[in-house]
Amino acid sequence: MRIDFTVNGRPQEADDVWEGESLLYVLRERLGLPGSKNACEQGECGSCTVRLDGVPVCSCLVAAGQVQGREVVTVEGLADFARERACGTGACGTSLDEAKGWQAQGTDSQTGEGTELSPIQQAFIDAGAVQCGFCTPGLLVAADEMLERNPNPSDADIREALSGNLCRCTGYEKIMDAVRLAAARQSEGV
Amino acid sequence: MPTNGVPTKITQGSGTKGGIGESTLRPDGTLKVTGEFAYSSDMWHEDMLWGQILRSTVAHAEIVSIDTSEALAVPGVYAVMTYDDLPADVKNYGLEIQDTPVLAHGKVRHHGEPVAIVAADHPETARRAAARIRVEYRDLPVITDEASALAPDAVLVHENRDDHHVGHVPHPNVVHRQPIVRGDVAAARERADVIVEGEYTFGMQDQAFLGPESGLAVPEEDGGVHLYIATQWLHSDLRQIAPVLGLPEDKVRMTLAGVGGAFGGREDLSMQIHACLLALRTGKPVKIVYNRFESFFGHVHRHPAKLFYEHGATADGKLTHVKCRIVLDGGAYASASPAVVGNASSLGVGPYVVDDVEIEAIALYTNNPPCGAMRGFGAVQACFAYEAQMDRLAAELGMDPVELRRLNAMEQGTLLPTGQPVDSPAPVAELLRRVKAMPMPPERQWESSEGADVRQLPGGLSNTTHGEGVVRGVGYAVGIKNVGFSEGFDDYSTARVRMEVVGGEPVATVHTAMAEVGQGGVTVHAQIARTELGVGQVTIHPADTQVGSAGSTSASRQTYVTGGAVKNACELVREKVLERGRRRFGSYHPAWATAELLLEGGKVVTDGGEVLADLVDVLGDEAVEVEEEWRHRPTEPFDLRTGQGNGHVQYSFAAHRAVVEVDTELGLVKVIELACAQDVGKALNPLSVIGQIQGGTTQGLGVAVMEEIVVDPKTAKVRNPSFTDYLIPTILDTPTIPVDVLELADDHAPYGLRGIGEAPTLSSTPAVLAAIRNATGLPLTKTPVRPEHLTGTM
Repeated sequence: MRIDFTVNGRPQEADDVWEGESLLYVLRERLGLPGSKNACEQGECGSCTVRLDGVPVCSCLVAAGQVQGREVVTVEGLADFARERACGTGACGTSLDEAKGWQAQGTDSQTGEGTELSPIQQAFIDAGAVQCGFCTPGLLVAADEMLERNPNPSDADIREALSGNLCRCTGYEKIMDAVRLAAARQSEGV
Repeated sequence: MPTNGVPTKITQGSGTKGGIGESTLRPDGTLKVTGEFAYSSDMWHEDMLWGQILRSTVAHAEIVSIDTSEALAVPGVYAVMTYDDLPADVKNYGLEIQDTPVLAHGKVRHHGEPVAIVAADHPETARRAAARIRVEYRDLPVITDEASALAPDAVLVHENRDDHHVGHVPHPNVVHRQPIVRGDVAAARERADVIVEGEYTFGMQDQAFLGPESGLAVPEEDGGVHLYIATQWLHSDLRQIAPVLGLPEDKVRMTLAGVGGAFGGREDLSMQIHACLLALRTGKPVKIVYNRFESFFGHVHRHPAKLFYEHGATADGKLTHVKCRIVLDGGAYASASPAVVGNASSLGVGPYVVDDVEIEAIALYTNNPPCGAMRGFGAVQACFAYEAQMDRLAAELGMDPVELRRLNAMEQGTLLPTGQPVDSPAPVAELLRRVKAMPMPPERQWESSEGADVRQLPGGLSNTTHGEGVVRGVGYAVGIKNVGFSEGFDDYSTARVRMEVVGGEPVATVHTAMAEVGQGGVTVHAQIARTELGVGQVTIHPADTQVGSAGSTSASRQTYVTGGAVKNACELVREKVLERGRRRFGSYHPAWATAELLLEGGKVVTDGGEVLADLVDVLGDEAVEVEEEWRHRPTEPFDLRTGQGNGHVQYSFAAHRAVVEVDTELGLVKVIELACAQDVGKALNPLSVIGQIQGGTTQGLGVAVMEEIVVDPKTAKVRNPSFTDYLIPTILDTPTIPVDVLELADDHAPYGLRGIGEAPTLSSTPAVLAAIRNATGLPLTKTPVRPEHLTGTM
């Protein structure tokens, strides 16, 4: 079958799609967008998380045919998506100075140079939340969506929102730091 | 034809900062947050086929027949291969003992063993074709534990063993046995005022790295193959792959594709040979990607263990002796079992002073899933048991458990049970002091003005308690892990470092075969090059087999050994650069001949800070390049009878304090905080160091309360091969992990560093168990602790 849908703001069509294929498979193997990850392909790990008409979903559990005519945002489009999104509420709980405590005291890293990143992407790099990075795309999409809904999350809010995303490397501490950092920077308009 | 996802060089840095000791950020960070970083499962080639493995549905059986005709008839199928199609005389592989068939020959020895492989133009076609291969099995009795393995009439898992361990094992179903005997336990026992015995069970843990086993094999015009692969050790893979393909090693090119975690689970081969076989058979690129179900069958696990301990002490708390017996289940194939036995035995009493010991560790051959390397490697199981014993001893003596540990803590100079002195700082007592001194998390954190926040209570959003029946407990543990490959292994690494002028700037390029699996080795290599060569820009070349072996990314060894190799190569490059400078500019300034010279900020400077020349001018148009092997101090094997020998290179120490809250009515546990103090020698990258400690701590937490591969004791079949049934900690299960990093230099190691990755995985588990025992008063001798263990409703 053929599927027409929008991915990261661009119309896409996929031909010769077998009915059993998942959205994840179509993104990765047919559209050349392997950023969404395939850690379990059974909806348990969150590594394939994308936005489907704004809602975070495990793309491994979405049949390709279900996305006909709909809008998908993947990690590859996250920076553009964040830029285009209207600014948040401006409410802030954590001060930026406090949040800087969660930022590595790294100097001179050129990581990020020449690539425009969304605040959550930059915060993951700055806080050391990326190790092997296989969970990262799904966590970024999920965390970005939470910050859109809840710009000033408590730690318990963050944990609840990200509880569907497994990470095996970090012990989640640096991921918590990254989300706090992104929230604080967002509140301060940085 | 282009291959998508081929790794490229990454250049990072400018100016003069970003040397060792700084929290420089990952060079691959941007690629990883934008989704552009190509993992092995992201590799893609225009006309590639998909490979699929058919695995045994039973644990132990003769193969009566295999019929592939129906599978071959499926449209879209290009090849089906079984044992009979293997092209070379070599048909087995293995890390130390080549006992693992590439495809089953005549029998299968564990559930999920590869029997046949299929290549097709769509992964689902390959799966469906594999399902049409007819395999007829005739069941054999299953060996599942020590009793069945060593029974007089036991079926042999491997007949006709000819490996180098068979001469000293008590039974052919024992892979390896290592006794360690020192002092006089019988006499020491007489001095003991108290003796405690314990029997402990450690469950089978899975590495559960998130990036599934995967890779792309591309046939090459010279009849060889290029494999893009996620692994921990390219050259070890190569050594095992080439003979089975019937190819010389130079016709099997290997490039490291992006690796989504490893934790020991990629030390053995998985789909490497299968992908290459199908690519060479079909003449087309072949990609294989396991799904999570298959991943549980596709790699070795952490050895489950039974551990029997006896500890004695005088009334004032001094250890008199330790006796222990550690039985590790190696499963159907040897994998790393012999080395795991070496670790479990030599580190079997932990970081304590005890002169009189009798230790025995064995690994069994059974029909359970094969077990091998996982973070902590034999030391984890022992730590779980000896730390439980220390708590029992403290209770028996009426002493504080931390005080008992500090009283018996190893120091620099202490002899291990193997007779080897610990010849670098061993701050065991200090780590315990530090972790105990950390502030305690406040009580009843779940209480708020709006009532109980159930998210912070055992049971969480299941809303099972608002604090009723919830009891807090605190527990401590400390452990010792060896760093690097032990027992006489030639544990070297290789680095190629090049320095040249690019775009008017001096740039260093570091090329090693080190597998970056997430640990941050690439970050550290760039930092070392900056520090040693005084440049800002460093290019990290993709890891491949076009440079010498780096050894394995395991045993906490890469920063030490490949980091050491990079440092050494940089020093040699620096010497050549300075030689060139002396030739070209020596006559202009006497300091070229007389002063100690350094490379700093892109310049040659004297140790007094005087600038002699710009590196750009010294280098000119000509690059300087060095490739050199580097070795740490040699080790020696343990004596097979007494276990004596200087078997280890270095040690790593960590201590944990766990605070838990237990809903004693429902048996639900919430770990509130898991504090860690660890000596790292020198933190080359403090941010990465803390990340490693927190990650390792969390894997220890997982095995304490959640993680276990459940194997049916009657059929030896795996019952929970999925993330639905095999639970790893989520962000809700994981507490805050405050870390206190101590830096006491090991003078034998580069920069004084210590391997750090594994130690936090050791003491985390027993600390959590101790805290739950403290909360409940239950003995709890098994991991993972399940609700029924706490409620008595088994």
